[in-house]
Amino acid sequence: MNFKIMPKAAFPEWVERLSAHRRVVGPRRKHGQYVFDEIEDVADLALHYPTSVLPPKKYLAPQKEVLLNYRLDGSRLELAAEPQPTVILGVHTCDVHALKLFDRIFSQGFTDQHYQAHRESVTLVSIECLEPCSANSFCRDMGTSSATDGFDLHMIDLGQAFAFRVGTPKGADLFKGFHHIFDATEKDLAIINDTLQEKWDSFPYRLDFNVQEMPALLHENFNSTMWDELGQKCLACGSCTQVCPTCYCFDVTDEVDLLMAEGQRVRRWDSCQIHEFAMVAGGHNFRERLAARQRHRFMRKGKYQMDAYGMVGCVGCGRCARACLAHIAPIDVFNELYARSQAEEKAAEDWPVVMEVAA
Amino acid sequence: MSLLLDQVKQSDSIYMPIPARVTAVSTLTAQEKLFTIELPYGLTLDHEPGQFVQVTVFGVGEAPISISSSPSRSNGTFELCIRKVGDLTNVIHRLEQGAMVGIRGPFGRGFPVERFRGKDLLFVCGGLGMAPLRSLLNEVLDDRGNYGRVILLYGARQPADLLFRDELAEWEARDDVEVHLTVDCPDSGWDRCVGVITRLFPEVDVDARNTVAVVVGPPVMYRFVLKELKKLRIPKGNIWFSFERRMKCGVGKCGHCQLNHVYTCQSGPSFNYAELEFLEEAFS
Repeated sequence: MNFKIMPKAAFPEWVERLSAHRRVVGPRRKHGQYVFDEIEDVADLALHYPTSVLPPKKYLAPQKEVLLNYRLDGSRLELAAEPQPTVILGVHTCDVHALKLFDRIFSQGFTDQHYQAHRESVTLVSIECLEPCSANSFCRDMGTSSATDGFDLHMIDLGQAFAFRVGTPKGADLFKGFHHIFDATEKDLAIINDTLQEKWDSFPYRLDFNVQEMPALLHENFNSTMWDELGQKCLACGSCTQVCPTCYCFDVTDEVDLLMAEGQRVRRWDSCQIHEFAMVAGGHNFRERLAARQRHRFMRKGKYQMDAYGMVGCVGCGRCARACLAHIAPIDVFNELYARSQAEEKAAEDWPVVMEVAA
Repeated sequence: MSLLLDQVKQSDSIYMPIPARVTAVSTLTAQEKLFTIELPYGLTLDHEPGQFVQVTVFGVGEAPISISSSPSRSNGTFELCIRKVGDLTNVIHRLEQGAMVGIRGPFGRGFPVERFRGKDLLFVCGGLGMAPLRSLLNEVLDDRGNYGRVILLYGARQPADLLFRDELAEWEARDDVEVHLTVDCPDSGWDRCVGVITRLFPEVDVDARNTVAVVVGPPVMYRFVLKELKKLRIPKGNIWFSFERRMKCGVGKCGHCQLNHVYTCQSGPSFNYAELEFLEEAFS
C-alpha cells in the first residue's frame, strides 16, 4: 500500500497550493451545522465534522444543472459549459461508498456524460472517521465506516501528521511540486495500523441483523403494514431524498428567457416522495399513496439498488433521519421490520398442533 | 446510412436531441393527431415496434411518445400518434407542417417479433394503446405469411375515438385479420359490442398453446385482461404488455419510470408476464 506522510504544520500550505489552480471545497461550519462549501481560508476547513447537511454529491450531480443551451428558433443547440476542476477535501467514507454507487448508476447502460464530466473534474480526498460522527449513523453495519477504494487520496489523522493513502495517479498529482510530503516509514505504517485498528471499538453495531439479510427482509415485507404506518407519518416533503447521498433521481425542464429567444434544458433533484413523481400526463399516478412512496424509498435503499446495481442503496450516514420532520429513521424501520418478521416466525413455530389437555 | 440512436450516443450528451421536421399533420380524432417526422442528414430511426422516442419542443420540454409507424413502412420518416393531454402535447398539437422538433431515441425494448413468428397473434388494445400497437400490427401484416391467425380486440370510449379508422376498415375487409370492436358509449350508428374490452373475449376462440397475446392500453385495463388470458391458459411468457410510465430521460437515469427496481424505459416498455409476475408494482 502506498502511504505518504504530511506533517500537520504543512497542511495549510498544501491546501493553499491546491487552491491556486482549482476550486477547493470541504466541510465547514455554517449556522451551527456543517456543509460542503468552497474553502477560501484553510482555517474554515473543519476536518472533524459531524455529517454534513448535504452530501458531496452536489458537486457531481448538482441540485440544478444546465444540460443544454439553445435558441428557440433552432439556430443554436449546444452543451452546457464544462465543470471546473475541483478538489473535495474531507469526504467521509460513507459518502465515498455512495459515490461508487453513483458511478455504477450513471455508467450502466447509457453513460451520462454530464455526470462523467463532473466526475473527471473532481479529485476526491476522503478522510478516515476515527469515531462515529452522529447518533443517527449506522455505517458500521453497512460496511461503510472505512474505504479501500473509490477515492483519489484518503487521509488518516495521526495526531501530529496526516497519512495519505494514494488511490489514483490523479490523487498523487496533488502532491506534485510539494516538498513536505514523505514516504511512510515502517514506524509510520505501524502507527497507521494501530490507529485504524483502535477505531473500531467506538463504532457500535446498531442493526439487529446482518446487512446481507436486508434485501431478503425487504422482499418478504413488500406487503407489510409498516408502509401504511410510515405513510401515516410521512409529510411527503422529500427532505430524506435530498440529503441522501445515494439518491440521484432528477426532473428535466426547459426554461426560457423573457425575450422568448434563448432556452435552457435543466435538470434538478427530484424526489420519489413527492406526489407527482410517478404521475403521467392524463393524471394516472402509479404511486398515489404515501405508503407506496415510502415503501419505494426503503425498497430502493435496501433491495432495489442491490438488484439493479449490485450494491446496497443505504450507506448508513443517518442524514435522512436527521432531516425528517416526522422522525422516520431508517435504522428503526429496518430493525422494526426485522423484529416483526422474527415475531411472526416465532409465532408460527409456537403454534401447537393439538390442544394440550390438563391431566 | 446511419442510425439516429448512434448519433445520439456519439454526441457529447445522451440528452442532446436531434433536430427534425414535421412533414405532415393529420387529425385522427378530437384528441389525437398523427405527426409525420423526418430526420435530418439521412438518418434513420430503425426502431422495433413498441419502442418510443423522446420528443422535444424547444422552449417547452420533452416527453416520451411511442412510435406508431411500423419499421416495414418507415421510408425515411416515422409517425407519432399524439393525444393532447399534457403541457407538451398541447403545444405539439399546435405544430404545423415544417415545424422543428427534437428527437432522441428510439429507446427501450420493443416487441420481439422474431419470437412471434408462426404463432397466432391476439392483440388486445384499449384507447390510445392503438398508437404503439399499430406499429406492430402493420409490421405483422407486411410479413403476413410468417404468422398464424391475427385477432384484434379493440375498445374505445366511443366510436368517434377509434384511431386509424381508414386502416381499421382495411383490416376488417381482409379475410386474414379478425377484428372485434367494442365501445363504452355507443352512438346511434353503432351495432357492435358495447362495454369494456373484456366483453370481447367470449367472441374469440384461441389455440392457447400457439397464441401470443399483446396487450396495450390504459393501466386500469391490464388486470382485467390478464384474468381473461389466464382463463384462456395462454402461457405467461406469451403474454406481452406495453407499460406506460413517466419516462423523463429515456436512458435509465432519472428514476421516474421504475417498476420496483426495473427501469421501464430500459427493460421495457414491452414486458412479458413471466418477467412481470414478481414485480409487485407492475399492476398496482
